[in-house]
Parts: sequence; C-alpha cells; structure tokens
Amino acid sequence: MEISNDQLAYHANEIRTHIIRMISHAHSGHPAGALGMADVFTSLYFSIAHVDPEHPWKDDRDRILVSNGHIAPVWYATLAERGYFLKDELLSLRALGSRLQGHPVFRGLPGVENSSGSLGQGIGQAVGVALGLRMKKKANHVFCVVGDGEQQEGSVWEAYWFASTRTLSNLTIIVDRNYIQSEDSTEHVLPLDPFIEKLTAFGLHVISCDGHDFSAIQSAFETARAFHKGPTAIVFRTIPGKGVSFMENTAKWHAEPPTDEQAALALKELESHE
Amino acid sequence: MNSEKATRDGFGDGLVELGASNERVMGFCGDLTKSTRMHLFAKKYPDRFFNVGIQEQNMVAMASGLAMTGWIPFIATYGVFFGRAWDQIRVSVCMQNQNVKMVATHAGITIGEDGMTAQAFEDIAMMRALPNITIIQPADYWEAKHAVEVVAQIRGPVYLRLERGTSPIVTSPHASFIADRAEILRDGNDCVVFACGSMVAHAIRAREMLEKEHISVMVVNVHTIKPIDERTIVACAKKCGRVVVAEAHQVVGGLGGAIAEVLSRELPTKMGFVGMKNVFGESGKPDELEKKYELNDLGICKKVREMMGKRK
Repeated sequence: MEISNDQLAYHANEIRTHIIRMISHAHSGHPAGALGMADVFTSLYFSIAHVDPEHPWKDDRDRILVSNGHIAPVWYATLAERGYFLKDELLSLRALGSRLQGHPVFRGLPGVENSSGSLGQGIGQAVGVALGLRMKKKANHVFCVVGDGEQQEGSVWEAYWFASTRTLSNLTIIVDRNYIQSEDSTEHVLPLDPFIEKLTAFGLHVISCDGHDFSAIQSAFETARAFHKGPTAIVFRTIPGKGVSFMENTAKWHAEPPTDEQAALALKELESHE
Repeated sequence: MNSEKATRDGFGDGLVELGASNERVMGFCGDLTKSTRMHLFAKKYPDRFFNVGIQEQNMVAMASGLAMTGWIPFIATYGVFFGRAWDQIRVSVCMQNQNVKMVATHAGITIGEDGMTAQAFEDIAMMRALPNITIIQPADYWEAKHAVEVVAQIRGPVYLRLERGTSPIVTSPHASFIADRAEILRDGNDCVVFACGSMVAHAIRAREMLEKEHISVMVVNVHTIKPIDERTIVACAKKCGRVVVAEAHQVVGGLGGAIAEVLSRELPTKMGFVGMKNVFGESGKPDELEKKYELNDLGICKKVREMMGKRK
C-alpha cells in the first residue's frame, strides 16, 4: 500500500492514543512495549504486509503472528486503526466477554493469527506456518514479532535454529529490542548483547534498524523480503513507552496501567504530536 | 492371544498407509525416528517428514503452525519428552484447538532397562486436564494400526499413547476402531476390570486365572481415555458392582482417576487401582518390572481378590 511517512506517523499516533485509552480504561495491561512497537506495527499493517481487513482470513494473505502476547494492545489498536473491526470495540479490552482478551487468542478477533502470552511459543508457531506455506508452494510471507526479554526462553532459539537450517526465507522475525523486561533492564537480568552476533551465529540474516524511523523500517522490511537464502531477523531498536515522555525507557511501565490523571497527561502529550 | 507385537509398530504401519490416502498428513520427529517407528513414513514420504532435532518444545509449537496452514502433523517422541513441551501443548495446540497428533511412544513400564527417566507414568494425568484433547491408548498392534486413520479424522489435538514392548493380540485385524467407545472384550459378573494398553492382555489372562477360583471377571478395553465412554463404564460397574482399573501409569490422575470421576458422580462404587503407586520406576527387564510393581496379570488377580472381599 502506498502511504507517506506523514500518514504513517498520523496512524501511529492514533494507535498510541488508543493504547493509552484502552489500558487506562481496563486498569491493567502492558503499555511500555505496546507504545514502543506502534511505529513498526503501523508500517507493517499499512505499508508492508499483503493483508486485506475486509477479508482477514483470505488464503493469500501474509501472516502476522505475535509471540510476545502481552503487547496485545498495540496489535488490537493497529487492527482497529487499519479497519479490521470498529474502534469502538477497543475499550472492551480485558473485559468479561470481550473479543479483546488480555493476551491474544487465535482467531478470536479478525487478524489475530495466533494465541500467545506464554513466551517463546509464537515464534515456533510462525516457523511452522512458514514451513507449511512453503511445502504448499505458497508465496505468502510470514512475520513474527518477538520481544527481547523473550529471547531468554530457550525455545526461541530452537525455532531460529530450525528456521535457518531449513532456509525459511518466507519468514521475517521482528525483534522488539527495547532493553526492558518485566522487572528490570534485559542486560541486568540476563545480558542479551552481543545479540546481533548471537542471531548471526544461529544462521539468521540480521538487520539492525531504528524502530521509530519510517523510512528505515520500510527499507529493512523490503531488504528482508528480498533475501532468499534464509530467514531474516530485523532487530528494531525501540524506546519502550515511546510517545509518552514519562513512560519512556523504564521497566516501571512494562505492566503498569496509568492512573486517570496520568492517562490524561499522556493523551494531552500525544494530541500535541498531531 | 498367541502372537505378540508392539503398538508402536501398529502406528508405524498405519501411518505409512495413511500417508498414501491422505496427502495432508506429515511427520515430525524429535530424533527418535526409528524408535517411534516413524522411519517407515519418513522413507516413503521424505518430502513430508522432518527430523526436527532434539527440541520437543519447538516441535510442538511448529506443529501448531503447520496445522494452521492445513497440514495434519503427526509428531512423535517418547511420552516422557512430551512432558517438557506441556506448556506448548496447552497454549499452541489445545488452546488454539489445532489439528496436531502427538504420538507418545515408550509410555509405561515396557521401556524397561532405560529406567525411571524414560518411563512415562504421569503423561495421561498431564494431558487429561487439557480441554479439547483426545487421549487414545490402543490395546494391541491392530488397534494401534486402525486407530491411526481415526486419529487423522478427529478434528483437533490427539495424544496417542503407545508402548515399546510387544504385547499379545487381543483385538482382530478386521475390527474397526471407534474412538470414544469402551469395548467389552470378555463378559463377567463379579468384578469389572477396566484397562488400557498392554494391561488389557494382562486383564484377559487374569480373568482366565480367576475363573478357576470361580470368580467371574468382565474385561473392558478403555482405549479412549478422553473423552471417556461414561455410559459403558456405568453399565459395567452396575452389572458387576466391583471395579478394578489397570494401567501402566501412576494411580493418580490416569485412567483410574478418569473412571473414578465418572462413577463417583453417577454410581459410587468401590474401586481398586492397579498402577504405579506414587513411585517412580527403575531399570530392569520389562517382565521383572511388571512383576515387582504388580503391573501384570498377577497384580490384577490380587486386586480383584481384594475387591471380592469387600461388600458390593
């Protein structure tokens, strides 16, 4: 889809606004990672992936899976912003009977391709989808979002290892490198760096990218899709809490909902970006 | 009951046949291709088979992804190793209700010499708590072979529990396999023995031994542990008034637990349990272990006699 960087920035800001409203309304949820990934999700759904909100399950769609399910608000907000379902439904996040479950549920909502929330599984599912599509000689691409804290799960590396061994070039792994996890900095809990070298050693084609620069994001995805020798991992350096100054770059907001006053402040700040 | 074959061999032969008739069937194995008898399928359909390596967690997660694209993955490893992928089975397979067929070989005592870490005695309990799953343990080679096609037809997750050791043939090469239905193999009046897997043959032998003591035993093959055939279980318990359950599994949470859940609700009945009594196994020849842990005909006889001493 042809879309300007200004338009992408507009949608990303709208998505951030939805995220604050949703988590504030639900009084629970994970704002930091969700806000940090808004630009990448916007690029993916509005520009990169071959998807059709009118026909969310059509056979020739690209598949977008999320492995770090706690960032569900950014997935739901992006899907609504893209037109998969009405934005009015966003405020039902985490409520009894809602389609917007606390963590994503397979096909529970148009566009939600997999269940996740127990870390380290979505990536394996995505590798299976990529293998399954290739065995059927389908050209669709598979994208999977994985967190950096999530890299501590050994099963993530099992999946990388298999994907590179089987040269699954129809798979792009999207890593959210925001340097935080639930309780602390990733580098304090279990240092991930030198991360790029680790991914490379596992046979992945690795691209580093600023996760808030739409031109760079676009270019990284295009390079990944054009690479035919195996799977690509794009390591997006993102700022957790991006767009809301008091939420940025701290693990405090990993799973902390804003109070009503904090939400009002955050929304005011986001409005000023428009 | 004069020839002996292993249920894993029935699976291996059945999967090769299924591969010819169903092109959506594919295989994953965690580096135990020959042991699980998946090598026959792998040889015939190399494009539809992958030795994924020793990574059970990822094997299960990937299988759910394959199922999302329309494949019917049969994934095989030892029963004990599915345990380490339980969370993947829970989230990626059962929660998403994916069409993944988990083939758990070397369950129970007949793995023998490999010892306690390799002996799956807890897997039924672990799997049975999961919504959406079907659990099947065939009694012999033929039942395992026939079950493979039925397993592929079931829409959703299946746990097929198989054994390494050979066991006597107790069903027929021509019998059709109907999931969800417990089968009365021998009629009787005094005590019913519900059994699964190779314990069915032990139960039939126990019945012959007890006949000489004028104890009439009914033998029921409960090959489908979940969903369990409540109607047959209640009817048999009602007729006999005494119940023994025999399984190569812990007495906690397995077939015995499943039947106790049914009877406590529908027809409270005193029950005896033949199984591993809250202990792990050890190395030894299968028949030595069966004797020591009373997982055989003699163990069933002992339990039935004990139940005969109780009032109905």
